[in-house]
Amino acid sequence: MRAINAEVIRNLEAKARVLRGHILRMLTQAGSGHTGGSLSAADIVACLYFWEMNIDPQNPRDPNRDRFVLSKGHAAPVLYAALAEKGFFPQEMLSTLRKLGSPLQGHPDMKKLPGVEASTGSLGQGISWAVGMALGGKLDNRDYRVYALLGDGELQEGMVWEAFMAAAHYKLDNLVAIIDHNGLQIDGRISEVMSPEPVGDKLNAFGWEVISIDGHNIEEILKALEEARKVKGKPTAIVAETVKGKGVSFMENRVEWHGVAPKEEELKRALSELGLA
Amino acid sequence: MQRIATRDAYGRALAALGRLYDDIVVLDADLSKSTKTSDFAKEFPERFFNAGIAEQNMIGMAAGLATTGKKVFASSFAIFAVGRAFEQVRNSIAYARLNVKICASHAGITVGEDGGSHQAIEDIALMRSLPHMTVIVPADGVSTEKAVLAAYQHEGPVYMRLGRPAVPVLYDESLDFKIGKGIEVRPGKDVTIIACGIMVGKALEAAEVLAGEGIDVAVVDMHTIKPLDEELLIRKAEETRAILTVEEHNIIGGLGSAVCEVVSEKCPVPVKRMGINDVFGQSGKVDELLEHYGLTVAEICNNVHNLLQIKS
Ligand SMILES: Cc1ncc(C[n+]2csc(CCOP(=O)(O)OP(=O)(O)O)c2C)c(N)n1
Ligand SMILES: [Mg+2]
Repeated sequence: MRAINAEVIRNLEAKARVLRGHILRMLTQAGSGHTGGSLSAADIVACLYFWEMNIDPQNPRDPNRDRFVLSKGHAAPVLYAALAEKGFFPQEMLSTLRKLGSPLQGHPDMKKLPGVEASTGSLGQGISWAVGMALGGKLDNRDYRVYALLGDGELQEGMVWEAFMAAAHYKLDNLVAIIDHNGLQIDGRISEVMSPEPVGDKLNAFGWEVISIDGHNIEEILKALEEARKVKGKPTAIVAETVKGKGVSFMENRVEWHGVAPKEEELKRALSELGLA
Repeated sequence: MQRIATRDAYGRALAALGRLYDDIVVLDADLSKSTKTSDFAKEFPERFFNAGIAEQNMIGMAAGLATTGKKVFASSFAIFAVGRAFEQVRNSIAYARLNVKICASHAGITVGEDGGSHQAIEDIALMRSLPHMTVIVPADGVSTEKAVLAAYQHEGPVYMRLGRPAVPVLYDESLDFKIGKGIEVRPGKDVTIIACGIMVGKALEAAEVLAGEGIDVAVVDMHTIKPLDEELLIRKAEETRAILTVEEHNIIGGLGSAVCEVVSEKCPVPVKRMGINDVFGQSGKVDELLEHYGLTVAEICNNVHNLLQIKS
């Protein structure tokens, strides 16, 4: 196991900042898309792609690769940013987000873009795919791991709990579900729209190991992922407390920023706040 | 005449396929004894996964398994596999063009006593409207077994519609079954009956009766609703200049609709559609229900007579 140290953490913090920059730029160019939920997941995604996961952009179909399923598919920009940074495709392609003919569809399309493991966007379905992938790994005695990222609003979908039940039933200790617990969905706070709380207790009762962390603290994310590797006989859920729109003061915790893209002027301000201007 | 339910043939074929290919994985949603995936489950418990009564997750798991290179067969009753999990089938299977074969039993009114809530009359319409989806409705046990192999060999999503009751065996082992190639079971020059599923047997019976009256009808087993065998369809339309479609499905959106779509554009001739007339089913014995909804040999004969009148 590689050691988590101050330098690793600094590098991943920098990487997350770069991802946020890509997210904001590509969304501005697209003129539409999901800003808040992409930003809230940037630190988690940075840790997965640039530390945790065993993946090779030169061999994207390697049967032994780890898999990431963006169950909250609307956060596609954070995934595209990570894939581009990782070298799955040229970074110039990020500017084609949501444009006619682009492999960077509004929601991830595995048939169009290498590195995308699951076609998601319809909330609730990705976690079921992840369960299937983890089952496939067990069946073939491969030791790859499967990571799924879910929104906290997404937890309102019934099929998510079907999948949680199945993952525990089949003892999928090669599966990690990360909940982007930012407290917001489209119509408002999850606590007001339809509360899924207490999320951790529910997952626990469903037979999952549950780890609660600050989803913007790189060290906590890395340690949770490491912890999850030690769990045997059941899947692990990481409930990550996050801030929607994280990193840009005027977007943070603002429900309005769920599904709108920044304008040029807003982009400038955002990038300068991130120290990327 | 030998009789076997298409779901029984499915169960047998799946277990046989399991012996040949170890990349087959089977999922069910607490109905394995009815869908007959239990045959496979018994022989290959390590490759069978019960999703429990959770059809949406079953379809999602099927997608995930397919991405790992498995050929996944997922079964439930048609009403649940298609109805409950429709959007999962759409986005997780068809949109992603994955190797998942949804083999749904207990389709149509011949579910019988369980009644309307369990009788899918809209599954063909729903499944054929999905890009990338292949839709197969086998007529008997032999063609079902061959269809299961063909589905396994086919790259991409398949929906296969299976029935509950035992139906006559129409074919022998020499049958050459190809996805997308209808079978001209009986030649004829006056009217062409195009049928699928259990109605193929009824159509053949009707053809016998009509032959006794000197009427020469052709019968086509259009087991693949999508992609539809347009070549055969147009040839029969040209040859007989009148078509009767017969299916155990709503007349909206099923085989009859598919036939009309092609014939109206490429070779307009009179078409009469027989099916369930846009009503839900109900409890009853299989034969009572077929009688009640007009899916009988006598009704087929009546409709052929009418078509002949329109033609002349
Ligand atoms: C099945 C489904 N219903 C509705 C939507 C529309 N939708 C897109 S994002 C969203 C809110 C998601 O909230 P959450 O899961 O909390 O995501 P996050 O806050 O991380 O953006 C909704 C309702 C969808 N994509 N899928
Ligand atoms: Mg949220």
